[in-house]
Amino acid sequence: MLDLDLTYRRGDFTLAARFAAGPGLTAITGPSGAGKTTLLNLIAGLLRPHSGDIRLDGTALTDLPPHRRRIGYVFQEARLFPHLSVRQNLRYGRLFTHHPAPAPAPATLADITDLLDIGPLLDRRPRDLSGGEKQRVAIGRALLAAPRLILLDEPLAALDAARKAELLPYLARLHDQTRLPMLYVTHHPGELRGLAGGWLRVEGGMATPAPAPDQ
Amino acid sequence: MADWFTAEEWTAIALSLKVAAWATLVSLPPGIAVAWLLARRPFPGRILLDGLVHLPLVLPPVVTGYILLILFGRQGPIGKLLAEIGIVLAFNWTGAVLACAVMAFPLLVRAIRLSLEAVDTRLEQAAGTLGAPPWAVFATVTLPLALPGVVAGAILCFAKALGEFGATITFVSNIPGVTQTLPSAIYSHLQVPGGDGPALRLTLVSAAIAIIALVASELLARRVRRRVEGTDA
Repeated sequence: MLDLDLTYRRGDFTLAARFAAGPGLTAITGPSGAGKTTLLNLIAGLLRPHSGDIRLDGTALTDLPPHRRRIGYVFQEARLFPHLSVRQNLRYGRLFTHHPAPAPAPATLADITDLLDIGPLLDRRPRDLSGGEKQRVAIGRALLAAPRLILLDEPLAALDAARKAELLPYLARLHDQTRLPMLYVTHHPGELRGLAGGWLRVEGGMATPAPAPDQ
Repeated sequence: MADWFTAEEWTAIALSLKVAAWATLVSLPPGIAVAWLLARRPFPGRILLDGLVHLPLVLPPVVTGYILLILFGRQGPIGKLLAEIGIVLAFNWTGAVLACAVMAFPLLVRAIRLSLEAVDTRLEQAAGTLGAPPWAVFATVTLPLALPGVVAGAILCFAKALGEFGATITFVSNIPGVTQTLPSAIYSHLQVPGGDGPALRLTLVSAAIAIIALVASELLARRVRRRVEGTDA
């Protein structure tokens, strides 16, 4: 369970967030520039809130640096390490954690490659992957670091329609098989029909729970 | 080939290579540290540090050599301390290493700094979210991605150290077999009648080594550019 009650300010921009998110997928919507990515960066520890608290399963995260939060982050651009192979990218997080993945999330390289069908890609370099393959590797890399929460920042935004359709079933699998809490930023709520258990809206400097959008 | 040069000239060539290699090796760790500070850490006094690093580039080399003599000479404040633990720099080949390292340092720092600035900080953030503490992010992401620039900087440093003359001769003099590097040997030949021939041969040696180093540096610099273009993959 993620509990958030914070404010963040930079220049004229303010963001106040107050919500809780449980297991399963919580979708985050809102207009461009409203602060959806800022919200994820605050949770990941890449930005520091001006005041307030972030708690995950009862422990305070607010003063922890990103590398001690155990929060997986799948960025809009996959941000794979270009100098490492896919296999080395996937294993990167295992260098720094001895935690097993929270059950029943897939915990081993074999589990992850099965879940995401990336076995044939293991010895390739990121530059030789398609956009959809990159995102699957990025998801696998985040999972192998044994996160307690996964943040996804429009993971489909950089993909064309065909690639989106290709990646969506993997997101559904991820949701069904891991039971990890996930926060998912999207501009297309339709993508997440049937997956999202909760909705958040970021608008006018506020991030608050919202009803599911109609369309 | 052995009889192309006199024993004394071979000694000068070997000493030059040794001095340049050591100057490069000892400059690398502080060079990387200073380049990282300048590229990534805004701190008060950054402009001052930047200026200090570049000082040997703009000062007359004889001034840099004289400052080294004042600081690191046998009677100098730092030289005295080092002498107590058995390290003598003045009029010694190790002093030539220091002089060359100081003179080449701006070039080394500049090359490494440029390559560090080219590393995508978003990749470093990603490494952090995967559990890597800052030192590990530097060792596994930042430095490997900047490595071609580090190597290019090291080669430039080596080439500059090989050609260093003014600061070296001022600080450690021109003692054959001890501190007489290639440029000092050329200088000595030019001071005696009939020395033009040997001077010319050593000049060609210097030019050949420098050209090889610069071409290698350029080839590596191209790799940096390609690597940087691949980072948004």
